[in-house]
Amino acid sequence: MTDKPACAVEVSQVTKVFNVGKPNQVKALDDIDLTVSDGAFVSLIGPSGCGKSTLLRLIAALTHPSEGTVCVNDKSADQARLDRDYGMAFQTSALFKWRTITDNIELPLQLMGWSRSQRKERVAEMLDLVKLSEFGDHYPNELSGGMRQRVAIARALSFRPSLLLMDEPFGALDEMTREHMQTELLEIWNRTGKTVVFVTHSIPEAVFLSQRVIVMSPRPGRIASDISVDIGERVFETRESPEFFAKVTEVREALRFDHGADE
Amino acid sequence: MARLLRAVGPALIIGIGGLVLWEVSFAILQPEGFVLPAPSEIVAAFVENSDEIWAATKNTGYIVITGLIGGVALGVLWALLVSRFRTANETLTPLSIALNAIPIIALAPIFNAWFGLLSPVSNQSIVVILVFFPVFINTTKGLTEVQPDEIELMRSYAASTWDVSRMVRVPNALPYFFTSLKIASSLAVIGAIVAEYFGGRQDALGPLIVQNAGLTRYADAWAAVLAGSMLGIVLYLLSGIFERASMPWEHAAETAGS
Repeated sequence: MTDKPACAVEVSQVTKVFNVGKPNQVKALDDIDLTVSDGAFVSLIGPSGCGKSTLLRLIAALTHPSEGTVCVNDKSADQARLDRDYGMAFQTSALFKWRTITDNIELPLQLMGWSRSQRKERVAEMLDLVKLSEFGDHYPNELSGGMRQRVAIARALSFRPSLLLMDEPFGALDEMTREHMQTELLEIWNRTGKTVVFVTHSIPEAVFLSQRVIVMSPRPGRIASDISVDIGERVFETRESPEFFAKVTEVREALRFDHGADE
Repeated sequence: MARLLRAVGPALIIGIGGLVLWEVSFAILQPEGFVLPAPSEIVAAFVENSDEIWAATKNTGYIVITGLIGGVALGVLWALLVSRFRTANETLTPLSIALNAIPIIALAPIFNAWFGLLSPVSNQSIVVILVFFPVFINTTKGLTEVQPDEIELMRSYAASTWDVSRMVRVPNALPYFFTSLKIASSLAVIGAIVAEYFGGRQDALGPLIVQNAGLTRYADAWAAVLAGSMLGIVLYLLSGIFERASMPWEHAAETAGS
């Protein structure tokens, strides 16, 4: 990383319409403005259909806005994708089952033309970071769900992107594993100083992890509120503290839209 | 060893039990020879004519293997084209389906007219066309039915279409391909033998079955059928070995679990 960008992510006046001109035309996002400063941990939360995943994919330049602009590290989102400025992690972990853990983490490095020795060194570092050093030669189907997600995170960070985009990465994990993974993710975040944009539909998860929680409302997706979470250092007891509960309540209240029964 | 026995044991018991039942019931009922010979008679005929059967199996095997290789190569190539280029998909897929709708075996006499009654090319062509379709359909499915997340991940790395094909689509298609190879290896044997009923070399399994059945030497005819099924089994097992060797990850979990 050379010079720090003014803002890691800048979404301005973005509208996203799917199936334009067809009978099933749908406005997924309406007039979204969002700025994420460098090194921040920001969560996007909202019910299904609020467009939080779409917003993440717009930042990743995997889809493009119908109106408005998306900038990543002071350049267009497309350019940032081509420059490999971000790493991405999915709920499904999206590990390739035919590659060993080492080969999965290596994949982006291979695409980016790193030499064999550089790759080997970097993979060892990443395995160490996610505490899976003994599992390098295993295949993904030999690992538990939580371990697979750690590999996905290691892979997303392997090529040193400044930005980490995560789409409900812990959504398929059981509660205990999930809390454990949250602690580990924060540890990694503290150590690496990456900017993280994290999509979730778990309120405690959003509060525990983030400095800012962006609450989105559905149909069309809008930003309903932008809640800053200043509850100090996150430790095991954080989840039991009154400050934590107060924030969880605040986010829950913000998620109370009058749509009623469709969730 | 114990594990191998546990895996093949039940099939072995059923197989041997069936044969014994067949043999014993035939010894008691003594049906006419044209109904079905007893296993011992078939085995005796097999041993007695082993030179002739071996020569015929080699000739048929040549048609089967060359046709199988040709059909598999064509099917895979076609699948790669169709999954890569939209226009290829729109033109080649309906064409292949139309081709498959033809009763392919029915073409044998026509191919004989084209390539010459005794030429191996007509029989090889039957096998190629027969094998092509399952390989094409399955491989195409494997190349195109990739998890959307896996494609998005590759796009997030700004990977080229070639990289996506090479690193995601092709490995994803391997299980589909091997399933089709197993189907194709049996089809190839059927295709070759039936095609031989109509033409091609006379010292092959097809003619051997026809001649022996015509001369009411049913045990000899069945011995040739037995050789044909052994050819099919060998090819099926070979496909399985290739499959295991190409996809070590499919078996990683079970070894880790035990």
